[in-house]
Amino acid sequence: MANNTKGLSTNSNTYTVIYAAVMVIIVAFLLSFVSSALKERQDNNKSLDVKKQILSSLNVNNVEDAQAEYEKYVKQVLNADGSVKESATTFDVLKESETPIIYQCDVNGETKYVFPLRGNGLWGAIGGYIAVNADESTCYGIFFRHDSETPGLGAEITTDKFKSQFVGKNIKRDGVLTSIAVLKKGTKAEGQDQVDAISGATLTCNGVNEMLSASLKKYDFLTKK
Amino acid sequence: MSELFSKKNKEAFLNPLGSNNPVTVQVLGICSALAVTAQLEPAIVMGISVTVIVAMANVIISLLRKTIPNRIRIIVQLVVVASLVTIVSEILKAFAYDVSVQLSVYIGLIITNCILMGRLEAFAMQNGPWESLLDGIGNGLGYAKILVIVAFFRELLGSGTLFGFNILNYDAVNNAGYINNGLMLMPPMALIIVACIIWWQRAHNKDLQEK
Repeated sequence: MANNTKGLSTNSNTYTVIYAAVMVIIVAFLLSFVSSALKERQDNNKSLDVKKQILSSLNVNNVEDAQAEYEKYVKQVLNADGSVKESATTFDVLKESETPIIYQCDVNGETKYVFPLRGNGLWGAIGGYIAVNADESTCYGIFFRHDSETPGLGAEITTDKFKSQFVGKNIKRDGVLTSIAVLKKGTKAEGQDQVDAISGATLTCNGVNEMLSASLKKYDFLTKK
Repeated sequence: MSELFSKKNKEAFLNPLGSNNPVTVQVLGICSALAVTAQLEPAIVMGISVTVIVAMANVIISLLRKTIPNRIRIIVQLVVVASLVTIVSEILKAFAYDVSVQLSVYIGLIITNCILMGRLEAFAMQNGPWESLLDGIGNGLGYAKILVIVAFFRELLGSGTLFGFNILNYDAVNNAGYINNGLMLMPPMALIIVACIIWWQRAHNKDLQEK
């Protein structure tokens, strides 16, 4: 670019326009090159991350090779009504927000169902996975993630201390889907199992409560019968 | 070698760490100092990212400084910074996914960090690449230093942890009447801690005191 200076003042209009045009073309080329060169790796990372989250809901943590572990535990992918989804690929994992899907897993010979959850916290989106035993009711494990909840308050939903409360609770009562309530310590939920909310993070916990009941309702698999 | 580390160059590198700190003296980059300092780990990663990006942007602008048309120089600087940040963010997503998830939007917000534009306009446009590199690293580290100090106090007093490891959350401590201060995790406390650092620095450095 330094060659351009010869014969043209750096203050002239022509020089300025040419300089801007050349700069934009170079930058555009550079950025699209970087983006396309790294695309595959990034998508791979994203789907590995989702797989790690699913495994975490099955209480399989600190996995080295998420792909291998995922294949070991997750047997097949089901549609929301419980029918088997044919030709499920890695990309279904990323697109699950559009069409609800269920992961049918096998942990030491026992069948578990993992349901993706999506909702809103106080500042941004929250999500997670709930693993349910073969009775389609008892919670086996749960995983939460969040985009921007307050560290130390709302963000505590990702801690084991909060998550462990869900284990063993039932999302159904007498065969009817009730979800699990997240309530302030000391208050009693009518007709459903409950866990204690985090003090100081009432709005995030309301979001978790809402997310559980709204997301689980989307699965005909749970509401039919 | 003596020329590479002349007194002037040393100053370009060391001043931002002390008497001309970008955060406490020039009061730049405050917004991100509030946002990422609730925990130590993201604060350190943010400090390193800003250091790398200021240093690289400074060198690039310094190399181009004689060719940049004066009327669009701010645009050129912005384009350089924005492309660097985008590239760094893409690379993080590909090779350090966990870190990029943790920093989420803040990595993009480096573009709007006033320290970058400030150093490009005030230093790199007038100085050679080597001086600009030193100046960039110096300012980045000066910024990182403040971030780490603020994050240390916020995480310790707010969550009772450091780097996520438990320091104060024991029954013995809680029974003695100490509880974590939730306010420490809110952005206003970052501002107050930054103000305390400025206070301390001005009390110890006579040159910074206004007459």
